[in-house]
Amino acid sequence: MSPSRLLQRKIADAAALVFAGAATLFGLVWLFWILWTTLQQGIGALDPALFTQMTPPPGSQGGLLNAFYGSAMMIGLALLIGAPVGLAAGTYLAEHGRYSRLGSLVSFINDILLSAPSIVIGLFVYEMVVVTMGHFSGYAGALALAMILLPVIVRTSDEALRLVPDQMREAAFALGIPRWKVTSQVLYKAALSAIVTGILLGVARIAGETAPLLFTALSNQFWTSSLNEPLANLPVVIFQYAMSPYEEWHELAWAGAFMLTIFVLGLNIAVRLIVRRRKRP
Amino acid sequence: MPIEVSSSRSAGADRAFTLFTTGAAWLVLVLLGATAMSMAWGGRLAFETFGFGFITSSEWDAVQGRFGALVPIYGTLVTSAIALIIAFPVSIGIALFLTEIAPRWSRGPIGIAVELLAAIPSIIYGMWGLFVFAPFMGANVEPWLNEHLGDWPVLGPLFNGPPIGIGMLTAGIVLGIMIIPFIAAVARDVFAEVPPPLKEAAVALGSTRWEVLTKVTLPYTRSAVIGAIFLGLGRALGETMAVTFVLGNAHDLSASLLMPSNSIAAAIANEFTEADSELYRSSLIALAFLLFVVTFIVLSFAKLLLLRLKRIHGRTL
Repeated sequence: MSPSRLLQRKIADAAALVFAGAATLFGLVWLFWILWTTLQQGIGALDPALFTQMTPPPGSQGGLLNAFYGSAMMIGLALLIGAPVGLAAGTYLAEHGRYSRLGSLVSFINDILLSAPSIVIGLFVYEMVVVTMGHFSGYAGALALAMILLPVIVRTSDEALRLVPDQMREAAFALGIPRWKVTSQVLYKAALSAIVTGILLGVARIAGETAPLLFTALSNQFWTSSLNEPLANLPVVIFQYAMSPYEEWHELAWAGAFMLTIFVLGLNIAVRLIVRRRKRP
Repeated sequence: MPIEVSSSRSAGADRAFTLFTTGAAWLVLVLLGATAMSMAWGGRLAFETFGFGFITSSEWDAVQGRFGALVPIYGTLVTSAIALIIAFPVSIGIALFLTEIAPRWSRGPIGIAVELLAAIPSIIYGMWGLFVFAPFMGANVEPWLNEHLGDWPVLGPLFNGPPIGIGMLTAGIVLGIMIIPFIAAVARDVFAEVPPPLKEAAVALGSTRWEVLTKVTLPYTRSAVIGAIFLGLGRALGETMAVTFVLGNAHDLSASLLMPSNSIAAAIANEFTEADSELYRSSLIALAFLLFVVTFIVLSFAKLLLLRLKRIHGRTL
């Protein structure tokens, strides 16, 4: 090989390395820029009133208490609906239907649902629930969130159960334990931390979902503890306040964005710490 | 699992449990089907009234009750295309960096940073886009584009326009930033699937890292990498909040990327609660139907391409 050819190849290689490094830097710059903006604007807007007062009318001070409460209620209810059903479907994929045609079809469709546009899911719940009930409500919002949570939990619990060694199933069956007991008392226990990890990631995912709540929970300027009425929630309040022309509302939107980012990133980091600890012998 | 044990006493409980899990699995299918049907049903009035003109007309007039979806469809496609043009090379670069180049100790933290970028809620991207990035584009990038690219013969009109920061270009870039971590994470996992002996053989023959990538890794993973890109495209097409903030909700068709426009998701988010007539609402739901069908096709394609690699290895990506 001629020296110039070798040089060419080395230059091409160096260029590729530089490009890959630059691409990574480019990707991460945004993370830091976005985080920096959120921290800077959010910390400036933090105020104890955030947790004690309701969302204010335009041009006055206030807090986000009703929005925090509404979000917490809807996420909680979405978990109550989405987690058991998701775990059951995940169980089907990993256990009963692992080698069945229905299993592979469901797994395929589930992955599509995982990336499906969340605004369409919001419209679906609007058509099904809001139109039927005749008004926007926290229940509709919770159902929309549950529908987004569901595929996340199906996927993670399926993967969690598949990681349980087959010997454990065989040992349990050899003792004559019926299948539902094997699954619920042996396999779920063995896969518990992975299942919980999936649920936490699901919560992080739905905590910031805005689009599906726009036409389901809508929002509410006032305090209500009833899920049967339009319900204030953090993402929609952030959206409305950020898009408004009022300075006070922008401040509150940033404070909300800060809390939301801390919550979501905190959950993600916590999950990774749990996973790492589990992997250690 | 071939082993099946059941006594008569537990047979009932077993059957109930199986029924419950099977039902939950069916529910996933039913939900997807019901969503598609509900959108088609809700949009039937718009499809009946406007027919094919619904997707070819750019007239969107709530007062006259005439709705043509060309502008949101065009805006969705253009912003997604810009997003892919940015995200594709960057994500492949990141995946390459994480699997081949980065020192081993730094792969974990950098990988986690990329994954955190994917975890940030899209509304935060939107807010940052509106308050920070759009002004930045309007003050620095767009005047430069106007001046330097605005006179070009073919591409010129794309970059000629008022430097207001809000528009398709800004929305496309924000979308691109958003989907980088999705594509990068999948591409990284895909690259990691290449059997080490193949790469070692190439290195033993004297290949550089670039040659290992282009002659071993990419040919081996080609279909899955395209799958990863389609996955990103699927996300970009349906993304709502990140674009709604910076797209400007305008219903005018314009060649310039600097002009405000609309996307399907943004139009629904902005207008649905204000839609005061049956036809208006139906038109927005018809838009959602189109979006759902297109993303379904794109995501199915992505999934099939990714499955091809999975079949070789028998594990989930």
